[in-house]
Order: sequence, then structure tokens, then C-alpha cells
Amino acid sequence: MKVKVISRSTDEFTRERSQDLQRVFRNFDPNLRSQEKAVEYVRALNAAKLDKIFARPFIGAMDGHIDAVSCMAKNPSHLKGIFSGSMDGDIRLWDLASRRTVCQFSGHQGAVRGLTVSTDGRVLVSCGTDSTVRLWNVPVSSIMESNDSSNNSAKPLAVYVWKHAFWAVDHQWDGDLFATAGAQVDIWDHNRSQPVNSFEWGKDTAISVRFNPGEPNILATSASDRSITIFDLRLASPARKIIMRTKTNSIAWNPMEPMNFTAANEDCNCYSYDSRKLDEARCVHKDHVSAVMDIDYSPTGREFVTGSYDRTVRIFQYNGGHSREVYHTKRMQRVFCVKFSCDASYVISGSDDTNLRLWKAKASEQLGVLLPRERKKHEYLEAVKNRYKHLPEVKRIVRHRHLPRAIYKAASLRRIMSEAERKKEERRRAHSAPGSIPKEALRKRRIIEEVE
Amino acid sequence: MADVEKGLSSRRRSTIARGRRGGRRRKNLNSIPYLVFTFSDFQLFFEHAFDFQSTYCLGISEEEDMNVMKYLRGEAANLEVLQDKKLKGQLALREDLYGKSAKAAAKAEKWLMPSEGGYLEAEGIERTWNIKQETIAREVDLLGSRNQYDIILPDLGPYTLDFTPSGRYMTVAGRKGHMAIVDMKNMNLIKEFQVRETVRDVVFLHNEMFFAAAQKKYTYIYDRNGTELHCLKEHGAALKLQFLNKHFLLASINKFGQLHYQDVTTGEMVGNFRTGLGRSNVMQVNPFNSVVAVGHSGGTISMWKPTSSAPLVKMLCHHGPVTALAFHSNGHLMATAGMDRKIKLWDLRKFEVLQTLPGHTKTMNFSQKGLLATATGSFVQILRDFSGSQNYSRYMSHSIAKGYQIQKLAFRPYEDVLGIGHSMGWSSILIPGSGEPNFDSWVANPFETSKQRKEREVHSLLDKLPPETIMLNPTKIGSVKPTRKKEKPAKQEIEAELEGAVEAAKKASFKKKTKGRSKPSKVAKKKKEAVYKAKKPFLEQEAKGEGLSKKKRKNIEEENQLPRSLQRFARKRQAN
Repeated sequence: MKVKVISRSTDEFTRERSQDLQRVFRNFDPNLRSQEKAVEYVRALNAAKLDKIFARPFIGAMDGHIDAVSCMAKNPSHLKGIFSGSMDGDIRLWDLASRRTVCQFSGHQGAVRGLTVSTDGRVLVSCGTDSTVRLWNVPVSSIMESNDSSNNSAKPLAVYVWKHAFWAVDHQWDGDLFATAGAQVDIWDHNRSQPVNSFEWGKDTAISVRFNPGEPNILATSASDRSITIFDLRLASPARKIIMRTKTNSIAWNPMEPMNFTAANEDCNCYSYDSRKLDEARCVHKDHVSAVMDIDYSPTGREFVTGSYDRTVRIFQYNGGHSREVYHTKRMQRVFCVKFSCDASYVISGSDDTNLRLWKAKASEQLGVLLPRERKKHEYLEAVKNRYKHLPEVKRIVRHRHLPRAIYKAASLRRIMSEAERKKEERRRAHSAPGSIPKEALRKRRIIEEVE
Repeated sequence: MADVEKGLSSRRRSTIARGRRGGRRRKNLNSIPYLVFTFSDFQLFFEHAFDFQSTYCLGISEEEDMNVMKYLRGEAANLEVLQDKKLKGQLALREDLYGKSAKAAAKAEKWLMPSEGGYLEAEGIERTWNIKQETIAREVDLLGSRNQYDIILPDLGPYTLDFTPSGRYMTVAGRKGHMAIVDMKNMNLIKEFQVRETVRDVVFLHNEMFFAAAQKKYTYIYDRNGTELHCLKEHGAALKLQFLNKHFLLASINKFGQLHYQDVTTGEMVGNFRTGLGRSNVMQVNPFNSVVAVGHSGGTISMWKPTSSAPLVKMLCHHGPVTALAFHSNGHLMATAGMDRKIKLWDLRKFEVLQTLPGHTKTMNFSQKGLLATATGSFVQILRDFSGSQNYSRYMSHSIAKGYQIQKLAFRPYEDVLGIGHSMGWSSILIPGSGEPNFDSWVANPFETSKQRKEREVHSLLDKLPPETIMLNPTKIGSVKPTRKKEKPAKQEIEAELEGAVEAAKKASFKKKTKGRSKPSKVAKKKKEAVYKAKKPFLEQEAKGEGLSKKKRKNIEEENQLPRSLQRFARKRQAN
């Protein structure tokens, strides 16, 4: 006879000293855990609810400007710093960690309309309605760290006066050139008082300009004649342009897929384009109820933030038709500029009420250092939530957002309008000869023509 | 979306804790890579020199395959039927992940689960069922033999007993009011007290701190100091209690055959149903899906969930009253015993009898490893499924002192021990191979400290399942019901069917009848009638508009709604 029974001596299964960690034994046998799916579902539901409870995206406001904030620029070599320019000609450098002004750059006579920082983070370029381009030395980071509250002010490195007012400026991602948008698109060098190159296509003013992050010689501009133009610095003339039905206020290139860009349009939508194929948008991002004023991509390229005239800031997936998140406060007025922080975890918005506001990019994210256990827990909850996101209860909780009454009303009104339009079109199609009214996708409908 | 639904519905049961568990698994594996590395390096090094190496590895991989199957939790989704390419890609990726995680779990098993299960093997002409407990006690180590004892309490029996899910604590209750909680690890009597009235059943709540007792008139909840916390009057004179661990529900069946479900965290009475099948004291929870099964005196077994007043299943299992009921932990196997001297094993997926054994039993219990204990009078028999094909046969037997009447059998979880409550106290015997050798600290920990217990209580409350999650097949949660389209027969099919029916009617021969009833004209007339009869249902269907398009049907309906005088206008509009 051979016999053995389970016998566990306490010493083998418990810790030796009280300072030791408790011993843990695992057995992943599915038979020991019944109703796994139900448990997972309940956890997903609880995680969704907890996310709602902890959704406190607003971190703080930065006040100091005495007029509306018109533009912002982030410093690519310094995470904490952000520049903002206002309508009264004031430019400020902010420390995001302490949310106070570090340095002021005064000199512009009219509104500052464009701000950008060179790739090495040493030179700040600003331009404005006073027809000047100003170059500034960015203060070294030691000043940023110092705690004295006396406001440093800086003198411009150079002031270049030009023929027309400027609307936007952007610096090359890898190089010494920067471009300004105004009555024409000018390409500047740091050391020259006159543009090295100028482009003009049509008579209207260019209102925004952005360099391509992948190919340093390509830039996209939008103009008030409702066009989006793509320029190549190596060519003498502009490359191609499309004309849409409404004006594009701002453009942002996707830093991870540099052939794609997204245009913030006056008609409340954002349109993602492939720059090689401009005859139709890749995706239409709907949700705003008023003109979209500014747009900025996250460095991950997976999402972008938009600010709108309807007083909200929204975050969209790069391929999602509707926003993932909407931020608003009672005091925030028309949003003129938004930026994603360089670590993709914060969003900064500048608005008409002279304030910059700092938001979390993920509303319920826990700030500060996470213990490995906490991080694993968060990852696990994220995974179960993702797994059960299609179930109605989880979906309802995850999707729900509170909106100010005005925006809620406006959104439902827009929905009714678009539905009515759709119905009308449908009826028209039903009552005319088959094929005489072709069906046109929204991705194409807003484009009038493409010019090479 | 339809594609998503299909994909999800065909998804096999999920793995819990992809994130956390996976993470931990990886963490535990951290110490292993060194081992694996050196081993594989050696393998490479010696590959040419030793031929046996490869055969050795093959043995390991086969064993691993078996384990992988266990962790895969069923068949993979069939991706071939999907039309959505994007979804197909995503699901394929996920399938791949599942496979990998199952493989990792199987691989880690070797290191994570060091203990081996118990066993009893006979040699020569010995038979396992002839081996006495005394012989076993002589052979096993001291710790094991300590689990073999009889406690004689002749005055207040017969005794019933219950274990916590970790097997650490036991509560016993004598019929005449004697109750006790025992710490089984060091055989400490934690508390013992008398209530001086009938106690019919006793059951632990979510941990050893609380237990419920079904007493003469009401059910009471006590804490482990013997303090009465609650008197649950609504349950009435309960005969049998069961606690649903994950749902925090206390289920009871009372003298009048009423089934109550009470949430012990909120005190809310979740369900109160009349079984309508009379008094019964046979009730058992299926641990797989938390469905409560009640055995009745008519030989039926009914299964209940707290959210419906009608039973989920009502099955006739025995001729005569059902005396005992037990569930296997995998949820597919149920054992029932009746007064008709039969013990039946049922497959709960098909509701079919797998095996019928002769014998009476007053109480039955499945162990974690699937051993089945039965008892009649003072005789205990253990059945075992040797072949793995659910064919149970004799494994061990044991007789306690003559004249003792066994009241309750319960295997102690994670131990090779069977607890027996009988009319003269309680006993404990060794059943090698009955318990799960490796426990999971996060599921049930026999060595739990009070701090861990508190932590677990909080976690289990956070994961408390709503009563709606109790259903016959709990793996259905999260899957979406596929939209079932009614198969509409094609027009040609209908016509073919019609023709067939007409042909059949024409060919039908008639009985030869007298008095001119078989005249050719009459026969022709009959045939015509038969053909008409065969055609009729098809014509009716067509008239109903099933064969018509939606628009036409709508028009016809509109027409029918109008008063008769106006119907012609409707027809006119249609013409326009």
C-alpha cells in the first residue's frame, strides 16, 4: 500500500519573522474561481463608476494677462515652460508646475498673433498685428527654477519690421527657418531682417501655418479664402491646395504619421486629411457646436485637443468621429488656443477671459508617483473596462458627460438640423430620377475643389 | 456591430484578471528566467551529445499541452465566419494573447504549485476499499494522522457541520442546540455555546467571523464569539441554509417549502418564492453558477435563481423522495440520491443521467478533486472517477461505531479530510487524494492572518455580484445574443413545396367504396377537393401577404383599415 495525504506544516507556508513579507501562493486553476465573467463584469462596472468619481480634469488657471490669450507655444526642450501671447501685446513664459509667470517679453505694440520656439529651445519668435517679427532669447532653465517672484523681463534679440500684419508663425522642426502667415506666406531666417522667400497663391490672407514634423521643407497653411495650401520650400510655387466650404482656423500635423494633418474648421468640425490625397478627408471629427479655433496633436499622435468658440475644449482620438472628452468651466470663455503638453499628460487652453487653464489629458488619471501595485491595478481595471465596454451599462457610464445647458441645447439643435437635412436629401433623391442626385459622403461634401 | 456581437458571443469564457493576474504571473516568473536560460543553454550545448534530451523535452511538452488546455477555458472563437476584417484582426490578436497567457500559466505551474496531491494505491491483492483508517494513520506523517479523530458528544446530537472555503475553520451544531466553532489548524475550540432549542442547520457566512443557524422558529446570525447579531424572522422555521459566497446571499428553505434569499450586507430580502412542492430539507448551491437546487419529496429537483419566481429547471430524478444532493465544483456534474435506493449522476449540460448506482444515502458531498462521499447509517463510502470519464466506482469505505447515525458529510477544502457529523458527535477521517493540494492565497488561504482577512473582506465586498448574475450558464455574461434572422423560404422553394403537395394529393389512392361512391365522377371530384386542400395553406399564406413585399403589404393593411366604401380610393392611389 502506498499512501500520502496533504500535510502542510505551518512553518513552510507562513513567514519566518514578522518583518518578512507574507508568503503568497498561486494556483491559476479555473475551477477554483467560479463565475469569472460575472466578477470581471462587476469589476469593469465599478471601474467605470470610479473613473467618473475621480474625473477631476481641471488642475488650475494661470492668470496674469490683461487681455484675451491669443496664442501659445510650447518649448520643445523644456517640459514645464509654456509661452503665451495676448491681444494687448504681452508675452509671458509660465512655469506649469507652480503655475506662475517666470518671465515677461514686452515690446509688441498690437496683438500678438503668433508664437513659436526654435527646435533647440533657445529662441522664441513672436509676430503680431503691428507688422513686426520679434526674436527673443529664451531664459535658461536656471531662472525657471529660481524661486524669486520678481518678474523678469527680457529684451528682444531682433525686431524685423515688415509690410503687413502677421497672423501666425511656425518654426521648422529641424532647421533654422520659420514661416509667418499674413497677406502672404514668408519664410524667414533667424539672422536676416527680410524674408528669404515668399509665397502667394490668391489674394487672401493666410491665417495659420504649420511645418510638417517629418519633412522639414513642407508646410501647410490655411487662408481666409477657405483654402488649405501645402507648400514645399524646395519648389518655387505652392504645391497643392484645396478649397473647402468654410474657413479653416488652424492646422495640426500628426507627429507620428507626418503625412496626415487635421484641420480645425469654422463649421464646428475637424477634418483629418492625408496630404497625399486631398480629395477626401480621412475622418470627420464632429462634436463642437461652434467654430473650432485651435487644434494641437498629442506627441503620441493618437489624439488631439481642440478649443472652440463654444467655450469648450475637447479631446478626440486621431481616428474617432466623436470626442473622447469635453472640458468646460463656468468661467472659461471662447477658447482661442490649446496645446497638448510635451509629455502628453496635460492640456493647456487659453481663452478670452485672459486665463490659461491647465487640464489633465485623462480626466481621472492619478497624478504623482504610482507604486507598481497601483499601476498594475490601474492597468487591470483599464483592461476589464475595455473588455466589457460594449455592454450597455458600462457603455452608458463611460460615455456620459455633463454639458452646460447652452451647449447641450445647441448640440441637440444641430442634430435635429442635420437629421432634417439628411431627410430632405433622401426625399429629394427618392423623387428624382435614379442616379441624378448622387450620394456624397460627408468626408467629400465639404470640399469644393482641389487645385494642383 | 453585428459582427462584433457574433465575435463576442463565440468568445470562450474569459480569463479573470488579464492585467493583474498576468502581471503577477510575470512577476513570479521573474525568478525563473535564470533557470530557463541555463537549462536551454545546456540543452543547446548537449543537444548533439545526448539523444535522450529531446525525448525528455517531449515528455514535458506533452504534459504542458494538457495543462494549457485547462487554462484555455474552452474553444477559441471561430474567426472564419467573420466578414469584418478589422474585427477579425483584433480578435485574432486577442486569441493569440489568450493562447500565450494559457501557455505561461501552464509553464509557471511547475514552480507555482509545488505540492503534490495525496494518493492511495493498493499493492498486490489489496483493494483500496479494504484499507482501514488505522492502517492509513500508521503510514502517513504525524501532521496527517492528527486529522483522524472522533469527538464523542452523546447528549446533544446528531451534529451537522460546515467548513469555511479555506478549510481552516469548522462550525458544528447539534440538533439539541449545541454550537461550536473550531480552528482546524491547531484544533482550538474558538467558541462553544448552547441555544437550548432545536438547531437544524448551520452555515458560515463570507468568513469565519459570522455564521447563521437555522433554529426552531427563526434563523439567527451569530458572530464568532457567540453573540447573536440578527434574528431573521422572515425566513421562518428554516430547515436548510446555504450561503452564496460571491453574492452575499443567504438562501434558506423553510418548513412550508418557501425559498428565501436575503442579502446579508444590506439585509434586503432579494427573493421569496414558494416552491409549491412541499416540505423539503434537501438544498444545495451549485458552486459553478450559484444556482440553488432543491430536492423534493415527489422525486423532482428544482433549480432556482433569486430573480425569478419560477424555477429555472424542474427535473424528475427519482421515484420517491429525494434524500440527498451534491454538485461537482466544475458545475457539470450533479449527484442525487432518492428513497428508491438509487444514486444517480447527472450531466447538467444535457440534463441526462450518466450513471446510476444502487444505494441509499442520507447525505452526499463532492470533494474538490471530484471524489463523492455517501453515507448510510454508520457506513461511509467514497466513490471515485478513476478513468476521468465520469464513471464512478468504489474507492474507499469506512464504518464508524455501530448505531451512530450519520447526519452530514463534508470534505474539508484543501485537505485530504472528510468531516462526518453523526448522532454521537463528529469524526474526521483521511481520504487521500480528495483535496486540492495547492491553494491560492487570493482565493482561499488556510493560513490567512487577520489583516489579510480584513483585506479580503473589503475586496470581496467590492466584487460582490448582483443577484442578476446568477444564471444556468454564467459564461454567457458579456456575450451578446446574436440576432437570429428568421429563415425565409425562397419563392422557388415555396413553389416546389406547393407542387410536391399537389402531386402527392393527386397520387393519393382512394378506398374502394360501395353504393356508387367510387364512380369515376366522384373519384375525380374527390381528387379535385384533395388538390384544393393541399393548395389551401399556400394560398392563404400568400393572401396574408407573407410572400409580398413590405410596401405592398403595408398598402393592403391600409386598405383593410379603411371602411369598405373608401377602399377603392386607396386602391386608386396605389395605382398612381
